[in-house]
Amino acid sequence: MEKEKNKTFVDKLWDSLASIKLAIIIFAVLALTSIVGTVIEQNADPERNIKLLAKLFGASAAPSLFRIFDSLGFMDMYHSWWFITILLLFSANLVICSIERLPKILKLVKEPVKPLPEERFKGFGIQRELTVKGNPEKAKGTVMRAVKSSLGFQLAETKEGHGYQLYSQKGNYTRLGVYVTHFSILVILVGAVVGIFFGFKGFLNLPEGRTYSVAFSRGHHMTDTAEFERIVDAVDASSGNLTNAAKTLSMDVATLKAKMRSFGIQPLDFGIRCDEFSVDFYENTDMPKAYKSRLAVIKNGKVVLNKVIEVNNPLTYDGVTFYQSSFGFSGGIENAVFRFRLASKDGRAEDLNLRYGGSFTIPGTDITGKIEDFSPALGIDEQTGRPFTYAQQMNNPAVYVNFFEKGSRKYGGWLLKRYPATWKLPDGNIVAFNGVWGMQYTGLQVRKDPGVWIVYFGCITMAVGLFVAFFMSHRKLWIRLVEEKNTTRVIIGASANKNRHAFERKIDKLLSALGSDKTGGK
Amino acid sequence: MDSSTLFGISTMAYILAMITYITYLAFRKSPIGITATTITIIGFVAQTFAIGARWIEFKDIGQMGWLRAAPFTNLYESLVFFVWCLILGYLIIEFKYRNRSFGAFVTPIAGLALAFIDLTGVQKGIQPLVPALQSNWLLAHVLMSFIAYSTFALAFSTGLMYLIMKTEKRSEAAYIFWTVTTGIFIVILAAMGLDYLKFKLLIKSPDVLIKSYLFKASFFSPSGAVSVVSWIGAAVFVYLVWRYGGALKKVVGSFSLSSETLDEITYKSIAIGFPIFTLGGLIFGAIWADQAWGVYWSWDPKETWSLITWFAYAFYLHSRLLRGWRGKKTAIVAVLGFVMVIFTYLGVNLLLSGLHSYGGME
Ligand code: HEM
Repeated sequence: MEKEKNKTFVDKLWDSLASIKLAIIIFAVLALTSIVGTVIEQNADPERNIKLLAKLFGASAAPSLFRIFDSLGFMDMYHSWWFITILLLFSANLVICSIERLPKILKLVKEPVKPLPEERFKGFGIQRELTVKGNPEKAKGTVMRAVKSSLGFQLAETKEGHGYQLYSQKGNYTRLGVYVTHFSILVILVGAVVGIFFGFKGFLNLPEGRTYSVAFSRGHHMTDTAEFERIVDAVDASSGNLTNAAKTLSMDVATLKAKMRSFGIQPLDFGIRCDEFSVDFYENTDMPKAYKSRLAVIKNGKVVLNKVIEVNNPLTYDGVTFYQSSFGFSGGIENAVFRFRLASKDGRAEDLNLRYGGSFTIPGTDITGKIEDFSPALGIDEQTGRPFTYAQQMNNPAVYVNFFEKGSRKYGGWLLKRYPATWKLPDGNIVAFNGVWGMQYTGLQVRKDPGVWIVYFGCITMAVGLFVAFFMSHRKLWIRLVEEKNTTRVIIGASANKNRHAFERKIDKLLSALGSDKTGGK
Repeated sequence: MDSSTLFGISTMAYILAMITYITYLAFRKSPIGITATTITIIGFVAQTFAIGARWIEFKDIGQMGWLRAAPFTNLYESLVFFVWCLILGYLIIEFKYRNRSFGAFVTPIAGLALAFIDLTGVQKGIQPLVPALQSNWLLAHVLMSFIAYSTFALAFSTGLMYLIMKTEKRSEAAYIFWTVTTGIFIVILAAMGLDYLKFKLLIKSPDVLIKSYLFKASFFSPSGAVSVVSWIGAAVFVYLVWRYGGALKKVVGSFSLSSETLDEITYKSIAIGFPIFTLGGLIFGAIWADQAWGVYWSWDPKETWSLITWFAYAFYLHSRLLRGWRGKKTAIVAVLGFVMVIFTYLGVNLLLSGLHSYGGME
């Protein structure tokens, strides 16, 4: 008795999990809850959402509403237990629904078409008739050829009382398109889960010239900055080899790993170095055209990969991908290296790297220059005509250089990296200012996601499945040839599970071809 | 001619076409119908050349290759492209089904979309691409999304017509649905029109965004009286649409379109739009985000709303498979689906703060 009851419960559960009704409910629930998730700002400062709720529902209700929403997980909704549960239910629905229907569909797919009894020809969605000259024997050849050329069907034949029956089908496999689509959704979900469990997301602000063997996850809790620094330095020094790093730090590897996890330090198996960060601008504007980082991957002390990355063009090594994401100043002017190319009037040239305050001599002359000032973004005030720094970024780097001949100042001026016209000195020598190095860092998004290929595979599968499901159809065709005196009656019955009108039009074309064939044969 | 002149011509043409199509509906004289079609075609040709001209202008300003100069990168350009697709789709249907009546429902969408550009003060200037937008995936993503949106817009008009045609009683849920939806739609547009007027009258500085003026001239007016009157006015208007909406039934009934044809066009439009939206809107968008930022899905509002739209149309497709859901109920879903589309496209930008608003690095 108890068993019986149990069984019906399981049956009921199975039935409701197999129903499209549930699918429709889930679509609606996912849509509605997601709407809430886009109104409430996710993972935001509580302040912001309380303010938002106050705007929507009034200030007095806001704090308690916030508490209710917060305890229900709406502040990080897409990772809350109930949202994940809905997704699981969704997957179960999809799987069970498919299991339930697949056998019937497979039968439809695999079943070969068979000749039909006469009366069944009345029930088709597409029915046609015409008369052609000649006996069935002759008509059979004509019809088969015409069908092959206009529809591409290879007809099978059976002898009947007063003639033949011809039949065939195409696109029987297209019935599986819907199932391919459904399957792809599961694949994508699996890929996402793999990514969550076996990948990581982090960032790295990499100063020009520096090598790191770690990345950092967001939101780690820094309790001991000194130890954090020591660990990062040790791991970097050992190029990501944790055994060696643990030795330097005189702790065992397990402790090191645990500490790294709590600090949000993700070891890389190699070193990554930024050789240069630069921004290209659209001509004569401050609109950035490209952010570029010249990166080097270092393994066992050797550079194994060089690449200039840009937004939309990341670098991948060993499953870890580095994305250009931000940038900024990493240090003071004391780190800066100013790069010049000197070209004297008589054609001698020389490349030069200088520190702030450094001096140089133009080759073949007595003229010396000294760096006196620097601005990352030099602009000229329109009213006063005075130069000033207009941005906190390297938008328009410029150095002020004073030139001397035999100890006395000849002239001085700003040299701008983006404006070569400023490089020419009154005496015809050229001092090209090629930029500053060592002051900026490149902000990299670091990601390892072994699931992404599963997700992409799922996407391709979905595209294929949808194409098949909507743009291809399963078409069946039966033709009876019945002998009459001197002529043959051609009776056509056909069906298509999708896009019937297109099939119908093709059959009508076929008919008119056969009809004109008749008159042609006269 | 430069692109903005051509765009001006096409906008004028579409608004004229809208008036002519509606006149045609009223009088049913075939010369009027032919005029409407001709004006629409003129508008379409002008718009095609306008897009081409803007492409060339963009290439000169953008200082990059042809592909990177495709003018489909911001709100303005995508709205223009949406209208282009919509008109193309409509013309195809007009020739295929040999029926013009339906122009009176599609050209207003085109006219409204173009008017919306002015209403919201969307940036029309050509801007060089910021680095994040320099991606071929983005181009495919925007193109395909808008082709899909256009098919959804078609499904919306046929779905609405179906509802108008099929509903009998004022107490019927489907009737209430379509009258209230239409009423609210018109009220919102009118309110935005007021905002625009106020914005134009009071604010001279182009730096101030109209966004912060949304509904301040009516529903959320600082003056309590204005706000109360607005709410009451809106309610009265929606009531009137509900009370007298039945009159539209005669109009739609006079089309030589059967309700089956309307239902079929609705389904077919969605059947074409859904795969395109899945591939272009969701998948290519995810690939682009993956290339640019290293996350293929980040649940930001724009992405989430695209997903909600997708669920709405999946809902539509599956609801047709349930017994008893053919007809009115599915038409309601088709109409709601397009409401989601509009919100995904405009509401998120105007009302929700998003990371996704075109461009920019973190
Ligand atoms: C977002 C997820 C889903 C997508 C994108 C999707 C997509 C599709 C598509 C494109 C069709 C073909 C519809 C048509 O021909 O008009 C379809 C049919 C169907 N779907 Fe889904 N589906 C999803 C989820 C589900 C779920 C959760 C179920 C669970 C019951 C389900 C059950 C079905 C069934 C039973 C059919 C009919 C199959 C047939 O005609 O043989 N789908 N689905």
